Amino acid sequence: MENEAGALSRVAGLFSSRGYNIESLTVAATEDPTLSRMTLVTAGSDDVIEQITKQLNKLIDVVKVVDLSDGEHIERELMLIKVRALGKDREEIKRMADIFRGRIIDVTDKSYTIELTGTGSKLDAFLEAVERSSILETVRTGASGIGRGERILKV
Amino acid sequence: MSTELTGAEITVRCLQKEGVDYIFGYPGGAVLFIYDELFKQDKVKHVLVRHEQAAVHAADGYARSSNKIGVALVTSGPGVTNAVTGIATAYMDSIPLVIISGQVPTHAIGLDAFQEVDTVGITRPCVKHNFLVKNIDELAATIKKAFYIASTGRPGPVLVDIPKDVSQQKAEFIYPNSVTMRSYNPVTRGHAGQIRKAVQLILEAKRPMIYTGGGVILSDAAERLTELVQMLGFPCTNTLMGLGGYPATDKQFVGMLGMHGTYEANMAMQHCDVLIAVGARFDDRVIGNPKHFFNEDRKIIHIDIDPSSISKRVKVDVPIVGNVTDVLDELIKQLKARKEKPEQTALDAWWTQIDAWRARNCLKYDRSSTVTKPQWVIEKLYEVTEGNAFITSDVGQHQMWAAQFYKFDLPRRWINSGGLGTMGFGLPAAMGVQFANRENVVACITGEASIQMCIQELSTCKQYNLPLKIINLNNRYMGMVRQWQEFFHGNRYAESYMDALPNFVKLAESYGHVGMKIERPEDVEGALKEAFQLKERLVFMDFITDQTENVFPMVPGGKGLSEMILV
Ligand SMILES: Cc1ncc(C[n+]2csc(CCOP(=O)(O)OP(=O)(O)O)c2C)c(N)n1
Repeated sequence: MENEAGALSRVAGLFSSRGYNIESLTVAATEDPTLSRMTLVTAGSDDVIEQITKQLNKLIDVVKVVDLSDGEHIERELMLIKVRALGKDREEIKRMADIFRGRIIDVTDKSYTIELTGTGSKLDAFLEAVERSSILETVRTGASGIGRGERILKV
Repeated sequence: MSTELTGAEITVRCLQKEGVDYIFGYPGGAVLFIYDELFKQDKVKHVLVRHEQAAVHAADGYARSSNKIGVALVTSGPGVTNAVTGIATAYMDSIPLVIISGQVPTHAIGLDAFQEVDTVGITRPCVKHNFLVKNIDELAATIKKAFYIASTGRPGPVLVDIPKDVSQQKAEFIYPNSVTMRSYNPVTRGHAGQIRKAVQLILEAKRPMIYTGGGVILSDAAERLTELVQMLGFPCTNTLMGLGGYPATDKQFVGMLGMHGTYEANMAMQHCDVLIAVGARFDDRVIGNPKHFFNEDRKIIHIDIDPSSISKRVKVDVPIVGNVTDVLDELIKQLKARKEKPEQTALDAWWTQIDAWRARNCLKYDRSSTVTKPQWVIEKLYEVTEGNAFITSDVGQHQMWAAQFYKFDLPRRWINSGGLGTMGFGLPAAMGVQFANRENVVACITGEASIQMCIQELSTCKQYNLPLKIINLNNRYMGMVRQWQEFFHGNRYAESYMDALPNFVKLAESYGHVGMKIERPEDVEGALKEAFQLKERLVFMDFITDQTENVFPMVPGGKGLSEMILV
């Protein structure tokens, strides 16, 4: 969409006024600074998704809409997670981070902060795997998506 | 040296370039520079209303009756909030408007400055698009875009918010000749392959029905539609927004459909086997309960400029996205090129069925009543004006009777708030209609509740000598509310009674107009004739009508089209 003030609120406003839900939304400027790209994750029947696509296309600031799940695509989300890391748990947490290909990016004697990317379900799985009570804080970006192979979204 | 103009001058110059002849507005601090520039020229004539809601309704009535873009000008804060009802009204009915609003100076935005509101935020859900112009260099191009967006594709209101300092700063004036926007390219021509499929369905139809809405009016496609309907010999119905799209006095017209549509239109809609929907959106007041609608099997062709209108409430078989005029042109061309014709015997049988439904005479009412029936007033109005008037209306029973009993043969003659159903629309809209059609007769059909929502505009009418005729169907009730309470709330008339009504005759006189009170049915016609002979004067006609008359037929909310309550 156009990288214009207010463009994001038009999209967000559309979803709330028409009663669609937003599971996640990420947006930033692209290599062309006049354009920004948004990945929006939502759920609904085919009819609802069709309406959402049409309604988004109707917004003047929106340049192009594609449904990534129509074809092969890749989806990644970043999570930062701060966990309590004391005594023997320290080793266990580090091992878990390794298994999930996470990186420890900040350390204190009581905690680790881990950076993890992957699909939403991989991040969910990590949260499941870590002892609930040791999670101090999490922050997730929401998914960014891109088509596989030659599939390109460009304007 | 290039001459630089102020933002205010640029704004007015843009309006001149767009050929704007009237602008409806109300001044205030944030737009004083713009008013100053309006004052210095006479190409764009400003009409001073008495409330900003009326400014937008007037611009709206102007646009609806002329196929030009309506323009309104309001100040920041309360000016804008007052205008919102008007903007939402236009948005729901897809009316092309440009609204210019003043804003506090850019350096004060966000500081809760005097008369500051987040105009772009407040209006966002009820405009096609809006802009806040923070940079004087972008002002002219933004106004150009506003006019372009408002009038192309599915039309709608566009708002341009101009901070006071921007109207004061200077820049070189360059007005672009055209606009290209990578993010906005409305389609016009329908897909030829889809049109071919539609032709096939039409040729195979045994019980066809043509159902048309506001899109036919907006795209000036009434002539094309008439050609198509007559060429095929099919029945045609119009929505409330589509009246005048097909001549109401023609025998192929089966009346309006929907909640207060005719028995024959609703039955034909329910029982047809091929439905051709043109510039209409299957809304809840039109097809009733969609589940019930699909109890019958039919194929649907849907022509609309807005892809999001297609398959929104009902699944269609042949969607055609495009400008109604262009699509109908192509459809007619393709039909003419084919040798086959729809099967005549099946069509004859279908008409026999429709005529049997017609024989129910669903719009009958007691013509010999000794109290004035509202339907009687509308019928007489139709006769006295020879069906030639521009008719605006407010919202309620009177609106439905106007739609049922005034037979519109031409498009853009019936002006009402269909989508939002805004009481208070009728009088200011009529002002806009009169400005766009100085030589024509303009009447506003209203109720004693609705008219009081913008009654202050009688003062505007005086200032500009607008010879409107106001037909007040005075039943001393919020009739439509009372009807629902009678039918669905056990006759408990909660707050639907209009106590302490003004003396409308004296009220009209105090504004400098002519007032008339008409109580007996036998006086209706004479009074109307007398009023319409006063060509230079606004006449407020207060018709004291039957208090308990109801609008029939009626499809109750949530029911199906064939489940009408009949008289
Ligand atoms: C601004 C606004 N408020 C409330 C309503 C709800 N409403 C619809 S019809 C109606 C009554 C209208 O009464 P009147 O103007 O006397 O017309 P009648 O139905 O009696 O012909 C009301 C209150 C509305 N449509 N618009």
